[in-house]
Amino acid sequence: MTVAAFYLFAAVLVASAVMVVTSRNPVHSVLFLILAFFNAAALFLIAGAEFLAMILVIVYVGAVAVLFLFVVMMLDVDFAKLREGFQRYAPIGGVVGAILFLELVLVFGTWTFATDAAGLRLNPTPEGVDNTRALGRILYTDHVFLFQLAGLILLVAMIGAIVLTLRGKPTSKRQDVARQIARAGSVNLRQPPLGAGLGQIGIERPPVEPPPEAKPKQVEHAGHGGGHH
Amino acid sequence: MLAVGLAHYLTVSAILFTLGVLGIFLNRKNVIVILMSVELILLSVSLNLVAFSATLGDLTGQVFAMLILTVAAAEAAIGLAIVVIYFRNRGTIEVEDVSTLKG
Repeated sequence: MTVAAFYLFAAVLVASAVMVVTSRNPVHSVLFLILAFFNAAALFLIAGAEFLAMILVIVYVGAVAVLFLFVVMMLDVDFAKLREGFQRYAPIGGVVGAILFLELVLVFGTWTFATDAAGLRLNPTPEGVDNTRALGRILYTDHVFLFQLAGLILLVAMIGAIVLTLRGKPTSKRQDVARQIARAGSVNLRQPPLGAGLGQIGIERPPVEPPPEAKPKQVEHAGHGGGHH
Repeated sequence: MLAVGLAHYLTVSAILFTLGVLGIFLNRKNVIVILMSVELILLSVSLNLVAFSATLGDLTGQVFAMLILTVAAAEAAIGLAIVVIYFRNRGTIEVEDVSTLKG
């Protein structure tokens, strides 16, 4: 039963990964990516990693894939034009992929566990404790630096994304020193006479541009056939 | 202990990894699909870690798989932010136009 479920989920996972890569419409790609994540979560469940499976569904499907979906739908891109090189790059991609897969098969096929692998385990899975509790026990004690590193990575990503996409509001009233100084006629050096007050010098004001005069509307005379003249 | 066998998991993970690399080659122009292919590659790596963790009975692999999930989420956020500002400035997301700074 478990083996059949594994084959089903693995087949759907691989098929949806193929569709992610080859789909014409990127929206379909994102939707197949979500399907792939769900099936990978099922594979995690079969392997006994319940907590990671739930995290995969929540974080990947709930956040990352929806982020992709937003961006794909927000950008008004001609996606048909982006697919132009698809046929051209298919042969070299196929060759590289086949070589890579052969190498992976070679590595995985000839590789064995060390004889004392069971004794070398860093955190043996405790008996009678569920997966989430066991993970929490080691994550907050032995691997606390890894945990904080993950938090730091997320913080940097958050700040980076905000800084990258932040645009100053055009209606903001904040002082822009460079623009003030570069304004024509705004800086004027004067040598005021000693002891002279504002009554003699007068208040210096920046030159005011005259308001654009309202031009009288040009009445269109042509096109009437000239019958009145 | 794993009910299915380590070799099955490793095969699925290898296929997924290869598909991700193939996706980068096939969609040379579309940054968004390239990012999705990178997500597939990271998913295959964490599948590998989980499979080994379950086979050996060692929880360390799952802890590292969590770190990979974190990195993947951060990478997606930063990558999509870059795509958005690139599109805002250039009106396209073609990767082949990116080399503007090249002399």
